[in-house]
Amino acid sequence: MKPTDTKNPEYFHKVVDCQYACPAHTPVPEYIRLIAAERYTDAYMINWQSNVFPGILGRTCDRPCEPACRRVRVEEQPVAICRLKRVAADNKEDIRDRLPEIPKTKNGKRVALIGAGPASLTVARGLAPLGYSIDIFDNQFAGGGMMRSQIPSFRLPIEVLDEEVNYILDMGINAVFDIQVESLREILEEDYDAVFVGTGAPRGKGLNLPGLEDAMPNVYLGIDWLSSVAFEHTRSIGKRVLVLGGGNTAMDCCRTSRRMGGEDVRVVVRSPFEEMKASPWEKEDAANEGIPIYNNHVPKEFVVEDGKLKGMHFEKVEAHYDDEGKRTLVPTGEDLVFMEADDVLMAIGQENAFPWIERDLGIEFDKWEMPVVDPVTFQSTNEKVFFGGDSAFGPENIITAVAHGHQAAVSIDLFCRGEDVHNRPPPHVSQSSQKMGVHEWSYDNAVANDLRYVVPHAPLSKALKNRKIEVELGFDTETGYKEAERCLNCDVQTVFDELRCIECDACVDICPTDCITFTTNGTEEDLRQRLEAPAGNLAQDLYISADLPTMRVMVKDENVCLHCGLCAERCPTTAWDMQKFLYNVSKAGE
Amino acid sequence: MSYQLPKFRHPELPVNDLGYTRADYEGAISTLCAGCGHDSISGAIVRACHELSIEPHKIAKLSGIGCSSKAPTYFLGNSHGFNSVHGRMPSVVTGAALANRDLLYMGVSGDGDTASIGMGQFAHVARRNLNMVYIVMNNGCYGLTKGQDSATADRGSASKKGDPNIYSAIDLCGTALQMGATFVARSFSGDKEQLVPLIKAAISHRGFALIDVVSPCVTFNNNSKSTKSYDFVREHAEATGTIDFVPMHSEITTHYQPGHAHEVTMHDGSSIRLYKMDESLNPFDRRSAVNVLEEHRYSGNILTGLIYMNLDSRDLHEVLETSQRPLNALDESDLCPGNKMLVNINASLR
Ligand SMILES: Cc1cc2nc3c(=O)[nH]c(=O)nc-3n(C[C@H](O)[C@H](O)[C@H](O)COP(=O)(O)OP(=O)(O)OC[C@H]3O[C@@H](n4cnc5c(N)ncnc54)[C@H](O)[C@@H]3O)c2cc1C
Ligand SMILES: Cc1ncc(C[n+]2csc(CCOP(=O)(O)OP(=O)(O)O)c2C)c(N)n1
Ligand code: SF4
Ligand code: SF4
Ligand code: SF4
Ligand SMILES: [Mg+2]
Repeated sequence: MKPTDTKNPEYFHKVVDCQYACPAHTPVPEYIRLIAAERYTDAYMINWQSNVFPGILGRTCDRPCEPACRRVRVEEQPVAICRLKRVAADNKEDIRDRLPEIPKTKNGKRVALIGAGPASLTVARGLAPLGYSIDIFDNQFAGGGMMRSQIPSFRLPIEVLDEEVNYILDMGINAVFDIQVESLREILEEDYDAVFVGTGAPRGKGLNLPGLEDAMPNVYLGIDWLSSVAFEHTRSIGKRVLVLGGGNTAMDCCRTSRRMGGEDVRVVVRSPFEEMKASPWEKEDAANEGIPIYNNHVPKEFVVEDGKLKGMHFEKVEAHYDDEGKRTLVPTGEDLVFMEADDVLMAIGQENAFPWIERDLGIEFDKWEMPVVDPVTFQSTNEKVFFGGDSAFGPENIITAVAHGHQAAVSIDLFCRGEDVHNRPPPHVSQSSQKMGVHEWSYDNAVANDLRYVVPHAPLSKALKNRKIEVELGFDTETGYKEAERCLNCDVQTVFDELRCIECDACVDICPTDCITFTTNGTEEDLRQRLEAPAGNLAQDLYISADLPTMRVMVKDENVCLHCGLCAERCPTTAWDMQKFLYNVSKAGE
Repeated sequence: MSYQLPKFRHPELPVNDLGYTRADYEGAISTLCAGCGHDSISGAIVRACHELSIEPHKIAKLSGIGCSSKAPTYFLGNSHGFNSVHGRMPSVVTGAALANRDLLYMGVSGDGDTASIGMGQFAHVARRNLNMVYIVMNNGCYGLTKGQDSATADRGSASKKGDPNIYSAIDLCGTALQMGATFVARSFSGDKEQLVPLIKAAISHRGFALIDVVSPCVTFNNNSKSTKSYDFVREHAEATGTIDFVPMHSEITTHYQPGHAHEVTMHDGSSIRLYKMDESLNPFDRRSAVNVLEEHRYSGNILTGLIYMNLDSRDLHEVLETSQRPLNALDESDLCPGNKMLVNINASLR
């Protein structure tokens, strides 16, 4: 193999598993260290720069970073990255003086943002400080998009939402609420320099089953019902509720039902339990609230008697898998199962809908009626129109919408300055040795053995009484510290200097997880067979040195390195050094 | 400075026949200087014992005084240990071995501990062919007392702050051969590929097995004028050949070039395979071993690998016809066999 080019920032970026997995590439270990140092405001600002909604995301993020956490590869549970973010948000001081200044004189460019969800708000956060004049349009009465209309208050208190949405709206943005945009043409005719479409995936999918028509008054689309609860148009639900679907929307529907008068609330899902789309912690929370999940039940028909919904019939199925792992649900042949219901919530998915975008504006749509959007620049085939968030590639989550928003803002800025939108700014990187003394590091290199701490919950009796009572209470600062100490500091990189190495093997001997091998070079496949310990995780790179005096090379398998710094402590010649590597995605104007 | 090794280990570490991973054979985190050769030897001992599936509680590690003699703290944390006095490890092992022949005795010593203050003990334990492994972590200096030349320092070699040594060096392998050791090898801390199989062979050998391991002292004796530095040893080491250790019952999977390999079965049923590089050496013949050692001394090279092994070795227990069972397993009827036996004994002495 060729020696690893550690000058390429993407190499060490990939080693920071959580940050790499985060769509917005939040520098996770950096803010976790700040939490451990009780520097909550600083930790919050690191987050704010990257993900704009630390308080919201610290409660609701889909947390793709956690399954990626290195700790999962050496023990059971990842660091509670998401909940640590909340610790920063809960304990910060007033941050308003740390927000970017908004120039009084504008740069003369006008940008329209359609929809005021996280994607549009992120674009606004990127462009307002550069002097852009921004108009934002949304059909709800306030900003936040689905964070306001869909995510229930018991997961995301309204004050937290308002605070972080307002940091952006207060940047001199002209927000027009309660307005349905009916025509993109009309917007374009307003001579904006660029338009960003962040309208999400607002249409709920339904199931057209026999009996639906008669059952209709008691059957709701999950997302419509949730927003009607959020906006207080709906104030109650029947005692017996069936929620159809196995995703996070279904989990929010059933848990909200329990707070709106539902007593016998059941989730019924076609797939096996393990394959449900809902995150494991959402399923757990639903179970804690006494909500059973019936899996392998396919809804068949609504049962209506005397013009009133009585319940539903379900067919029991079994999942069968072919050689390629493709699943088919095969009926077991048992009798249909009847379940009583006063109300039914259909939470089986959402889709995009762009009835308000005329098809002769130069915006190409594909066969699924989705706009053709460049995944890097977020530009559509009309160079003035950009898409991001759920409206670009279908429903995802908040952090993805934020990541899109950042990139779209970069593109819009380039575009408005007449530059090539493909000319992306490189990331900001810095690398610095953490050495303080012979065996002393400026990061806490000892590896904590603690298991993941559990976030305390409000007592059920209290939580179920009121849909506005937040269930999760967050870590107190003491537990936050202990959880923060579980972080392995994967951004403190092991950096090898072959010119200094005397091949004494000290690093090989000390490494607790057998990452380091000195051997003759070979192909990657061959080398992976010959290392000190099995090196079968192909997603993790091998770090290869140039030839050493004995004509061997140093090979380090990044897979389970604990970033404990022992190799560097035991190296007599400082051939290993521990260097903090900071990687920040460039934002608009940078 | 880290005082504790993290708890986490590689999740797919291989387990041995006993179900243990290498981690089960580790000791406390080392406090020796960073880069000290002794730590690598500890690593090799861990590896050899793990791969041989020796039950940790069936091993006793014993040492004298010195950095090298501190090393047993840093390996085999689940085994018996005895850190004795300077140069006296052999007599403590002798006592322990006579009392309990069932343990594996792993003696660890330094060149100061062995070739100076402990020379007499070393000579006699070799001569008695006590069944033990005797590892010398040989750095040519007294590391623990800040690097004074030891008796194995080569004439003309200079430590970091010292003048060239004016005395001739004691070659521990040569001495052991003269004294009647039945297994003699030399290796280098920086070459585990050679060292691990040698330790395994020494463990399988019945009788006194010396491995003199050149082990650079990074702090006091790893400078350009020293003949015990990493660079010097790498440049001047000349292996007798390579050696593979084949444990009992294990299938032979590697393919060897025919004609070069020499397979020897050990007392315990395992075998070693030698691939000779030095055609002039017959490691089963003491005269040949002595000659080749001497030739290398003249040429200024360091002969490493297996130098001598006596296939007919009879250890001290066999010679003395001691009890087959450890003394702690003898019960009252063994120890007081009764009047009839006493009468017999008395009669035999009349
Ligand atoms: C029930 C539910 C729970 C969820 N929970 C989570 C969670 O816990 N964590 C998570 O990360 N994600 C969650 N999501 C997903 C997340 O809410 C979305 O992925 C995210 O909000 C998408 O952001 P966006 O900016 O693309 O669009 P949205 O947030 O959808 O915002 C679009 C806005 O545009 C408005 N709009 C649409 N069309 C028009 C128009 N023509 N004129 C004017 N305004 C218009 C909409 O009303 C909305 O206000 C959840 C989704 C649902 C349905
Ligand atoms: C009876 C006695 N005399 C002298 C000493 C001082 N002393 C301690 S260690 C040592 C030499 C150790 O040298 P070596 O065995 O080569 O070990 P190293 O530290 O080099 O590994 C000496 C002379 C002692 N501890 N006890
Ligand atoms: S930091 Fe060094 S010693 Fe620690 S696990 Fe990583 S490679 Fe091994
Ligand atoms: S400890 Fe340092 S000098 Fe020794 S092998 Fe490792 S990198 Fe090289
Ligand atoms: S002084 Fe020398 S022998 Fe002792 S620990 Fe340090 S390097 Fe090793
Ligand atoms: Mg010494």
